[in-house]
Amino acid sequence: MRVGLFIPCYINQLYPQVGKATLELLEKLNVDVVYPSGQTCCGQPMANSGYEYESEGACNNFVNNFKDFDYIVTPSGSCAYHVKKHYNIIPQTDAVTKVRNNVYELCDFILNVLKVKNVGASFPYKVGVHKSCHGLRGLRLGSCSEVVGDSFSYIESLLQEVKGTELMPVKRSDECCGFGGTFAVTEEAISVKMGKDKIKDHLESGVEVITATDTSCLMHLEGLVTRNNQPLKILHIAEILNSNY
Amino acid sequence: MSHSKLASIFNKDEKRVDWHDKALWFVRHKRDLSVHQVKGWEELRNLGHGIKAHMLSNLDSYLIEFEENAIKNGVEVHWAANGEEHNQIVHKILKENNAKKVVKSKSMLTEECHLNPFLEADGIEVIDTDLGERIVQLAKEPPSHIVLPAIHKNKHEVDELFQEHLGTKPCDGDPQYLTREARKHLREKFIEADAAITGVNFAIAETGGFVVCTNEGNADMGAHLAPVHIACMGVEKIIPKQEHLGVFLRLLARSATGQPITTYSSHFNKPRKGAKMHIVIVDNGRSEQLSRPDFRASLHCIRCGACMNTCPIYRRSGGHSYDATIPGPIGSILSPGKDLTKHSSLPFASTLCGSCSDVCPVKIDIHSQLYKWRQIITKETPQPFIKKKSMEIMGKIFAKPAQFEKVGKIARWSLRNLPKSMINSKPNAWGKARDLPTGPKQSFDEWYNERENNKKKD
Repeated sequence: MRVGLFIPCYINQLYPQVGKATLELLEKLNVDVVYPSGQTCCGQPMANSGYEYESEGACNNFVNNFKDFDYIVTPSGSCAYHVKKHYNIIPQTDAVTKVRNNVYELCDFILNVLKVKNVGASFPYKVGVHKSCHGLRGLRLGSCSEVVGDSFSYIESLLQEVKGTELMPVKRSDECCGFGGTFAVTEEAISVKMGKDKIKDHLESGVEVITATDTSCLMHLEGLVTRNNQPLKILHIAEILNSNY
Repeated sequence: MSHSKLASIFNKDEKRVDWHDKALWFVRHKRDLSVHQVKGWEELRNLGHGIKAHMLSNLDSYLIEFEENAIKNGVEVHWAANGEEHNQIVHKILKENNAKKVVKSKSMLTEECHLNPFLEADGIEVIDTDLGERIVQLAKEPPSHIVLPAIHKNKHEVDELFQEHLGTKPCDGDPQYLTREARKHLREKFIEADAAITGVNFAIAETGGFVVCTNEGNADMGAHLAPVHIACMGVEKIIPKQEHLGVFLRLLARSATGQPITTYSSHFNKPRKGAKMHIVIVDNGRSEQLSRPDFRASLHCIRCGACMNTCPIYRRSGGHSYDATIPGPIGSILSPGKDLTKHSSLPFASTLCGSCSDVCPVKIDIHSQLYKWRQIITKETPQPFIKKKSMEIMGKIFAKPAQFEKVGKIARWSLRNLPKSMINSKPNAWGKARDLPTGPKQSFDEWYNERENNKKKD
């Protein structure tokens, strides 16, 4: 099983520690993981802004980088969802179809492909999960409160096995944090209000660390927490699953 | 004005935003509790979706079947291609019956056609009889929600409005007193009315009958007292058979307010003795929307408002920020089809979180349609030069890894070295209330290459 690691553009440049944790975690789990050079972005920023056609170059670059792997794993539910859902704008060659079928969000991959529940991490903190929307309602990484059915959450299943971690429940467990790509800028007022409310929910339930499958949501929440000097730490799920306190 | 501008005005009063958000979340939560008690809720949604899709694919024949059966029942059926025709038809019926005073039960279609000002211009008194509708009518505002039209107003504001228009005493927003006074006021209007206008929730092709759902019984009060009943419906309100009603009545009330069923689901089939009944069937852009394969499913909508209650943006921006008859997520996919330029900001008033699609009782893929409208809007309406250019540049950078690496380096350096005041200057909306991450010295790429090189040396 050859696995290609996709590190999204903003993680690559702004949060390299998330990429490192992801790579190290996969190596710990004995995955034959390769990081192909020449990666950029999945094309989502342009596409979600209404400029899908400007993202064709990025899509083709993505497919070229990853077409030879059995699985593509990324620490971003949002990017995996974008590749799956929106890569219909380029011709559907075998390579494109293969890439779309085989791209996985990290937790999904660990739990459902590797079939590992306990990654051997220890992290003795009170953790609040932010269920990033594209992973939740796009990739179905968990059940959501609107839909009637069995309750599950991949990220929480993994965290439950982490030594010392106490999962804290929040009131609105699957409400959007307000990041939404360019939404964070074009609808600044609402975006900030949503983020503030989200943080309040976590603080009120005694959370020490907020985590998620997407650094983009976390960047938005961290931006608010830092500006307002709030007592919260923000970590990507890969960083928790790779930690050993 | 764009949604974001109107939303930022609404957000200046954070306390108001908080109670607006809480009030609607309460309804959304009630909906959750209610639907989780229904065994087979998801199957019910599938059924609703399927019936609507089937209806839309055979709309022409079902409409004709409905018309034939309604006529057989003694109802007069009228067809309107647009809002203007609709208003003229209603006006003509009122004139023919010498009707000067009209009571209306809540109908978003008549809002859409701007019926009230049209009739009022000819001296006809139109009273909205749904309590929330009456409140916004007195305030000279459009409804801000399709099920809870005055949800943006608090009880003190209603108190003041009633004092001014109904002559009530100051009561510190006592809901009981206010409701009692509103009831007295509305009863008078019902008794005086020459005609009643209602909307239509479901029109049954098989029987020619139709159903109107209200919680206040105001549609019945109007239609049962006035000698003329005019029911106005969009073409998409048709359902094929009587037996399908059970599916939709169960879906509608639970999704709207969490009730098992609306208090009054009134079935109208024929005029009562000595009275007249008219049905006005309105297109007003619906067949054009039907012609758009990507957006036709928006016509499945049964107007429950669940997408508004669940939408974290709607809850925090208020219905008026959408500046459209139907606000919220569903409005944002219906409105661009009517006027792409006017409503070009609406499909962007979303994080594409997908909650609207998951809550929708008839499974409209709302968030996917929002995404698709975005693609059309950037091509067909004028876009800010900076946005267009930056997307073009980003597209080019992301197509070429070497360029991406260079730009990334500069960005990281800037974040580390430029003064905060410069980074968080006005053009950077991100920095107004949020910090940007500190640019790390090394990108993941650089770290990885260094690690690989070290491995080789070992």
